[in-house]
Amino acid sequence: MLLEIKGLGKTYGTGPTATHAVGDVSFSVDEGEFVCVVGPSGCGKTTLLKCIGGLLRPSAGEVLLRGSPVTGPPERMALVFQEYSRSLMPWMSVRSNVLLPLRHKKLSKRERTSLVEDALGAVGLTRFMDRYPWQLSGGMQQRVAIARALAYQPSILLMDEPFASVDAQTRGDLEDLVLQVRDEFGITILFVTHDIDESVYLSDRVVVLTHSPTEVKELIPVELPKPRDQIATKAEPDFAQLRAHVYRLIKREQDVQGVVAPQAVEVAEAEAAVPPGGTAV
Amino acid sequence: MSPRLYRTLKISAEIAVPILLLVAWQLYTLARDDPKFPTPTTIAGEFQDLFLFSQFDTHVVPSLERIFVGFAIAVVIGVALGIPLGLSRIGRSAAMPHIEYWRAIPPPALLPISIILLHSIGNTQKISFIAFFCIFPVLLNTIDGVRAIEPTLIDTARSYRIPTHERIRRIVFPAALPQIFAGMRTSLALAVIVMVLSEYFSSTDGVGYVLLISKNTFEFKPMWAAILLIGILGYLLNALFLLVERHVLAWHRGWRAATPQ
Repeated sequence: MLLEIKGLGKTYGTGPTATHAVGDVSFSVDEGEFVCVVGPSGCGKTTLLKCIGGLLRPSAGEVLLRGSPVTGPPERMALVFQEYSRSLMPWMSVRSNVLLPLRHKKLSKRERTSLVEDALGAVGLTRFMDRYPWQLSGGMQQRVAIARALAYQPSILLMDEPFASVDAQTRGDLEDLVLQVRDEFGITILFVTHDIDESVYLSDRVVVLTHSPTEVKELIPVELPKPRDQIATKAEPDFAQLRAHVYRLIKREQDVQGVVAPQAVEVAEAEAAVPPGGTAV
Repeated sequence: MSPRLYRTLKISAEIAVPILLLVAWQLYTLARDDPKFPTPTTIAGEFQDLFLFSQFDTHVVPSLERIFVGFAIAVVIGVALGIPLGLSRIGRSAAMPHIEYWRAIPPPALLPISIILLHSIGNTQKISFIAFFCIFPVLLNTIDGVRAIEPTLIDTARSYRIPTHERIRRIVFPAALPQIFAGMRTSLALAVIVMVLSEYFSSTDGVGYVLLISKNTFEFKPMWAAILLIGILGYLLNALFLLVERHVLAWHRGWRAATPQ
């Protein structure tokens, strides 16, 4: 077991006005597994991922990476954000952006260069190494973010709705890219998404969350044939069945949740994004 | 209106208006025949005599030196203080009342004390005086620039465990740089003003000194020439600054153009 999440909870504020972004979430991720987390909109998926990634301190429970508790961003974990334009540095070239996390690692210059070039090659951006990120399309920028995570050589990759801001056709390409990268580099992936089809297509296991306060509703193993293919896999009867099952679970949660809860969670998350005591750097 | 006609009219206006103003000025001063208002041609002649190039070293160079050094010191101090203050809410709570108090004092009010404290009216006094006032625009804009950094960039730095000194050097500082440059531009204009003021009040050389002496001796031609020089200096310094800014912040313009805000 590579990653273990035990009874994770996150509450903003105290007393009667407290917002329970995450209630009680427990599941685990094995080495080499591709796990997708889906849930109704506003159920605190981003909060959950930030807690797992060590960016937020949970109010309850713990996260164990190879048995060690996660109290801050762990070394062998990399995070890919949804907003690529806000996570890539516009004053640096693509190459420098991918190099940035490697600068403080104990590596020789040659090792760093080869990691950067291999990662950019794996995502197909070798020709664009010396461009600026904002000169590239959205899909390409997200590929830079993925390359940056790959060069960092993590054991586990956390992805927070990474393809939500990208058009549907590019999304298909990026989904296949992630699968390819997983096979090539052998990393474990925890992938948060609101796209149900995507969650079934990519994963070995789907974690379905309830509405806020979030808990695990169901863990669904996905035993579709590999390698996955955008046309063949989606034509499988099992795909349709799994997809329908997940869809029904989420729909039921959304009906129960109503409209009030997601806005409360989003506001609480936004307010909590500026930690007290100033911009912690 | 055809685009060609519009363009011709536009360029004509740009050239014609200043020329017309100059001609009107020349005619007016000729007619008025008042030593207090010399003609533009006289002023230009005096300008050449004074500053181009015989007295260039005597007056223009010291003034420029004071501006550059004072401005440079102000930028270094403003950024060095602004970055930690931008990052620390506690620091800001402690420092802001003092900053707001001192920045509100107009330069003339502190002229006498500056001279008394430093026992001199020489270069050090002038430069420190200029630097003092020029710190504030840079400092305040640096603080604002640091506070406005995109939170996702900070999250990225944290999740990749980038150490603090690297974060400040490669993320915080470049991210705040556009705002810092805005502050620097204000500071530069302020440096010219404060330089002239401090030289006019008391000095032994420089453009402001020319103003001072010509006032005391009722020589109006050097006074006008000095005014012309100050205007030209301000214009050229600003143009030079914009050139540097355009180069350093090229990435920022490209990014703003490409990213819907």
